[in-house]
Amino acid sequence: MERVKRQKQRKVLLMGRSGAGKSSMRSIIFSNYVAKDVRRLGATVDVEHSNIKFMGNLMLNLWDCGGQDSFVESYLTNQRSHVFTSVAVLIFVFDISSKDGGSDMVSFASTIRALHEFSPQSKIFVLVHKMDLLPVDQKARIFQQRAIHVRATCEDEGFLGQQVDFWATSIWDQSLYRAWTQVIYFLVPNASAIESMLRKLAELLDARELILYERATCLVVTHITRGGEGQNPYTDRFERISSILKTHKHSMARHSGVMAAEVTFAEMQIKMGAFMFFITRLTENTNLAVVMPSDESSFNAARVNVQLARREFAQLDIVEKKGKDSQTTTGARSGLSGTDDMVGNEDGEGSTSSRVGEP
Amino acid sequence: MRTLFSENILSPSPTPVPQRNPFELHFATASSLSHTSSSASTQSSPRQHDLLTQYLQQQQQHDESTRTSYESSSDRGHHVRRKGNPKILFMGLKKSGKSSVQKVVFQKLSPADTLFLEPTTKVEQTSLRTFTTIDTAEIPSHLTLDSSELDHQPLFSNAGAVIWVLDVQDEYLASIAALIETAVFLSEHYPRINFEIFIHKIDGLSEEYKYDTFREVRQRVQDELSDLGHGDRSVSYYQTSIFDHSIFEAMSKVVQKLLPQLPAMETLLNKLCSTCRIQKAYLFDVGSKIYVATDASPTFLRDYEVCSDYIDVIVDIKQIYGWHSREDNEEGGSVASGDSINESTVTLDPSGETYVYAREVDEHLTLLCVMGKGSTIRRRALIDYNVGILQDALLQVFKV
Repeated sequence: MERVKRQKQRKVLLMGRSGAGKSSMRSIIFSNYVAKDVRRLGATVDVEHSNIKFMGNLMLNLWDCGGQDSFVESYLTNQRSHVFTSVAVLIFVFDISSKDGGSDMVSFASTIRALHEFSPQSKIFVLVHKMDLLPVDQKARIFQQRAIHVRATCEDEGFLGQQVDFWATSIWDQSLYRAWTQVIYFLVPNASAIESMLRKLAELLDARELILYERATCLVVTHITRGGEGQNPYTDRFERISSILKTHKHSMARHSGVMAAEVTFAEMQIKMGAFMFFITRLTENTNLAVVMPSDESSFNAARVNVQLARREFAQLDIVEKKGKDSQTTTGARSGLSGTDDMVGNEDGEGSTSSRVGEP
Repeated sequence: MRTLFSENILSPSPTPVPQRNPFELHFATASSLSHTSSSASTQSSPRQHDLLTQYLQQQQQHDESTRTSYESSSDRGHHVRRKGNPKILFMGLKKSGKSSVQKVVFQKLSPADTLFLEPTTKVEQTSLRTFTTIDTAEIPSHLTLDSSELDHQPLFSNAGAVIWVLDVQDEYLASIAALIETAVFLSEHYPRINFEIFIHKIDGLSEEYKYDTFREVRQRVQDELSDLGHGDRSVSYYQTSIFDHSIFEAMSKVVQKLLPQLPAMETLLNKLCSTCRIQKAYLFDVGSKIYVATDASPTFLRDYEVCSDYIDVIVDIKQIYGWHSREDNEEGGSVASGDSINESTVTLDPSGETYVYAREVDEHLTLLCVMGKGSTIRRRALIDYNVGILQDALLQVFKV
């Protein structure tokens, strides 16, 4: 993916007509709502801001723009420059069940016209929402029709093909996570550096798959797949894992009586005959899920190695801010291979207790 | 396995000062006793199971003999103690939610989809194959007990429990009248059948009203039964709703009553809990998510919910990444995973003090433990070992 120079704070506009589902999806992804709770939400007045810190130095600055016509009109007139300057991503939500498709499109056209005026380099994600309301056999066809229609409008307004992405979403399944994962991946400024570090880590651990996700939202930032795992028939497994972990989070929240946003677990391990799986903290805001072949001793070594790799990834955050990308990755490699030798000599039980000993 | 934890290793004989053993658990009893008791617990438990299984075998033989004697004495055939699998009958007025309960618990239907279920018109029998086969049958409301259409002999003679589903959001007085009729019929003809009442759709009531209604129904049923001279008959009452975990918990209790293995399993779990400082242990049936047994400590719906949700996580992740072995199995046909231990833990706080521990006993049953303070990661080896013993014992119990 081509990466232009971006600011540290990434401004993301969430727009769409009134009742399209903007605040619903924001609540589910960022505020730990359950899908059935969103009916309690009222209409958004003007703009609601939220800041979410992600991997590295990515700070998401999300503008949830109320969709009632009077607000939209003011965004397009007297707040025009304020709203549309230095936008990294515009997420436009279409309600597929809307009776008034024509005026949805008019509203979309005038929004991206303003966007092209102030931030012509920005990326547009079009989410065709409430797909669950369509009959199963018609979903693909209606979505395609809508996509062609919207793409034509975008080209009229000066946004080229690769600047616009389309996703069919619904809050009732994992498709919402799929779309937002793409948004996040696009926004992470040092994705390639993170990926190359993770790939080295994956090779050291001999892992089948690594998944890096943000802890509060459970959104997958990136993933590394090695070897035969590429043939995993569950191609939607990353969204599924987001959704599984989110559900688990809610269940934990009910159990411990704290807010869902504050629930974290220190570690999760699943050992099966066919694979071993664990999730542990990697950086301040992210967790790492590791899938590896079934082997007790390398599993324990992997846990320690991930723990030791935390330092390198934390450093990535800091060094990236100074803009020294290449140094970190080489440093990380030597650091990691050193630790691997050390751990290799230890037995499993010893490494576990060293883990516990650390604060 | 006894060599590793035999007495002479755990307590080297002439030690004047008892040294702290990292693998040793602390017991509620005095710490000076801990050496002997920990070794005793690991040692005695296999023997304990032997005793239990012997007891079970004896009891089964006893049942066998009583059954044959009953069968020989001609017309009392329906007094025979039920044989084979647990069988549960669902009864209740129309639209009370009988099919919904059955579909949600045993067939994994999403609660929201029960809206679209068609009314049941004839007696429907299904059986669920999990750790044991559970037969369920539903008797539609228009078939009353004295109608000629309903041949109650084959239905009731081997049933273990009748569940009366009472829609609490409807006018329930009519349901209570029919319920009483059924209860009287059962206690006259089939006194061995457990009678259970699900006070259903309780989710629609407000918090304080819930309990009032529950009490009112219970009071009414008891009064009516004792008026008719069946007051001594024990009836169980449950508040249920398919939209939360209460239906699973109620169903768990119903099924538990029908398992001859229950006392053995409960004793085993109690033993494990006291030895390993487990707060709460459940033995889950993964397929239906009902729990087959639990230890004697007080049960909270919350603990059950967490364990049940955690099983979901494990099953889902197992499904996503277990595709390798599944394909191998389809091709080769040999199951390689039989000898490996499938286990999982989730640690809640960074100190590692409290965590949830799951371990597969066999393909249907999973042991879930909510660990309390004092059973840290360092003690895992001992806990693993003890759970291993429990697993062997459970497999033996089910083999009988």
